[in-house]
Amino acid sequence: MSIKSMEELRKIRDEHKSKVSLRQTGDNSEEKIEILIGMATCGISSGARETLNAFIEEINNQGLENIKVITVGCIGYCHSEPTVQVNMPGQKPVLYGNVKKDKVPSIINSHIKGGQPLNELVLKVDFERA
Amino acid sequence: MAARSNILVCSGTGCLAGDSEKVAKNLELIIKARGYENEANVIKTGCFGFCEKGPIVKVEPDNVFYVSVSPKDAKDIVDEHIIKGRVVERLLYKEPVKNEIVSRQEEMPFYKKQLRVALRNCGLINPEDIYEYIAFGGYEALGKVLTSMTPEQVIDEIKKSGLRGRGGGGFPTGLKWEITRKQQGPEKFIICNADEGDPGAFMDRSILEGDPHSVIEAMAIGGYAIGANKGLIYIRAEYPLAIARLNIAIKQAKEHGLLGKNIFGTDFSFEIAIKFGAGAFVCGEETALINSCEGKRGEPNYKPPYPAEEGYWGHPTCVNNVETFANITQIILRGADWFSSIGTERSKGTKVFALAGKVKNVGLIEVPMGITLREIIFDIGGGIPGGHKFKAVQTGGPSGGVMTEKHLDVPIEYDSLLEIGSMMGSGGIIVMDERDNMVKIAKFYLEFSMDESCGRCTPCRIGTKRMYEILNKITSGKGTMADLDALKQLAYMVKDSSLCGLGQTAPNPVISTLKHFWDEYVAFIKDEDSPRGEGRYEAKNKFKPGLKV
Repeated sequence: MSIKSMEELRKIRDEHKSKVSLRQTGDNSEEKIEILIGMATCGISSGARETLNAFIEEINNQGLENIKVITVGCIGYCHSEPTVQVNMPGQKPVLYGNVKKDKVPSIINSHIKGGQPLNELVLKVDFERA
Repeated sequence: MAARSNILVCSGTGCLAGDSEKVAKNLELIIKARGYENEANVIKTGCFGFCEKGPIVKVEPDNVFYVSVSPKDAKDIVDEHIIKGRVVERLLYKEPVKNEIVSRQEEMPFYKKQLRVALRNCGLINPEDIYEYIAFGGYEALGKVLTSMTPEQVIDEIKKSGLRGRGGGGFPTGLKWEITRKQQGPEKFIICNADEGDPGAFMDRSILEGDPHSVIEAMAIGGYAIGANKGLIYIRAEYPLAIARLNIAIKQAKEHGLLGKNIFGTDFSFEIAIKFGAGAFVCGEETALINSCEGKRGEPNYKPPYPAEEGYWGHPTCVNNVETFANITQIILRGADWFSSIGTERSKGTKVFALAGKVKNVGLIEVPMGITLREIIFDIGGGIPGGHKFKAVQTGGPSGGVMTEKHLDVPIEYDSLLEIGSMMGSGGIIVMDERDNMVKIAKFYLEFSMDESCGRCTPCRIGTKRMYEILNKITSGKGTMADLDALKQLAYMVKDSSLCGLGQTAPNPVISTLKHFWDEYVAFIKDEDSPRGEGRYEAKNKFKPGLKV
């Protein structure tokens, strides 16, 4: 396919942006929203992988930028798996429990986009993080 | 389903030699076996630069940097990191001074002081995928130039940026383009000089392997600026991977109409052909390069006429280095002011160096001009391994000179290096410690220049040979003080009367070591205890008593 104008080039660029959006460059290293998904054995068996992929899909579908979805090990709340922690730049981390994949859109809409943590899923954190 | 993880595996020549191909293959196989092929992609990238600790594997978006990864580590990376989100700690980089584990690339001392402009896409994109290049803004500079700028405006922008030739000479690129533009002729050519010949230098190869499109795009921009419709890439045949990736990139660019006729719907047409060099050092000199492109012997011509006036088959020709080209698109997109804000008064932008020799972190680095050798060797390079002491550093390969401890704080720029008797060269930096004998170092470099002398002019052909003989005599313990005088006189004679850059710079290692390490020369002549091992003449097929012939 031949590219005949800047518009066509930009269209191709946008189509393939998702392919490289996970990668950090010198230009986009500013603070990002981080979504940490607990992927310990208990998390995976409770559906953390499905939750994780739901986050990825929802973020891509909505075309959201500046968000990193990162898999992490056991957070320690095995009774409330799958667990998800949301780190907004400059704010205290919020830990959610029992995040099945159907809860993902509401976390994104209310917390990530709206800045309002989804209180019904927030776990009480009773330890300090280093 | 979109992938949630990218596993970047370095596929530069260095890491490939460390079996990174197998690492990538194993990662793919295991990911597939575990059923995660829709969630994690393996991407083979160009050089990360940290060759000392290759093969490099980087996991995104976690931004975790694994070093010295072997094929059998692939299982842990998939099973632990990708599936369970647990970083494989044993593969992380351990900072040797404080003994701390560093997982992020930007926190590693090796990367902290670097600024990547020419290498911006190396280790970031898959060089064999034009879409990844486009996704990071590729071909936008070409589009901008063709649809909204006149050739004069392009030349002005490059002139304003202060970009100088990265091949070593440091001639202002914008000026070169302007001179070629002003020439009259039915046809003009733009040539990319990828004949990288300094021992220990691999900047151009890494750029071509890691980001071939950036060079292709910049050549088209240069072609538009000077009025050329044909480009040539002169690359040495010993760079098979770079050639293969260039061929793929040219093919993809053609398929997308980014090379060929009526690019971006304008009436500008541009094509690129690849010419292979046989690896002669002198062919990096532009007139010798052009002769070689024409199928003639790779020998330099008298200048003038300069290639800008009479170059490839007598047509006006502009020859630029790979790294020079790699800077062009960024100058167009980000502006000359941005580029000239980096660096020093007379040397703008960044420079890529191949750091080698007696230094902990061997690899490829890109730093702003004006940085000191001390920062490069001790901060980025991590200092001298094995508790040894720094003695000297050679920049510019066989054309440069050695610098000593007292030069460590001189800012690196074209002019300051010339003033202290070395040169920027194409960017090799070889570090030496107290165990290295400087006379032998000078002899090593001179032997290279002597071998590579094309023989066209007498001072270089015979002068380097005679200098080498004197050095051999000295290192074998048979030299006299008169030999030192003769060596010095001959060195300046070769320097002043040779035809091209090769001969004019070949004596530099000798001149600079005579200046800074005179006592080591004298030691060979006067001191019976001086080291003489490898310098002593030995016949190749020595007669051994009792050996039946």
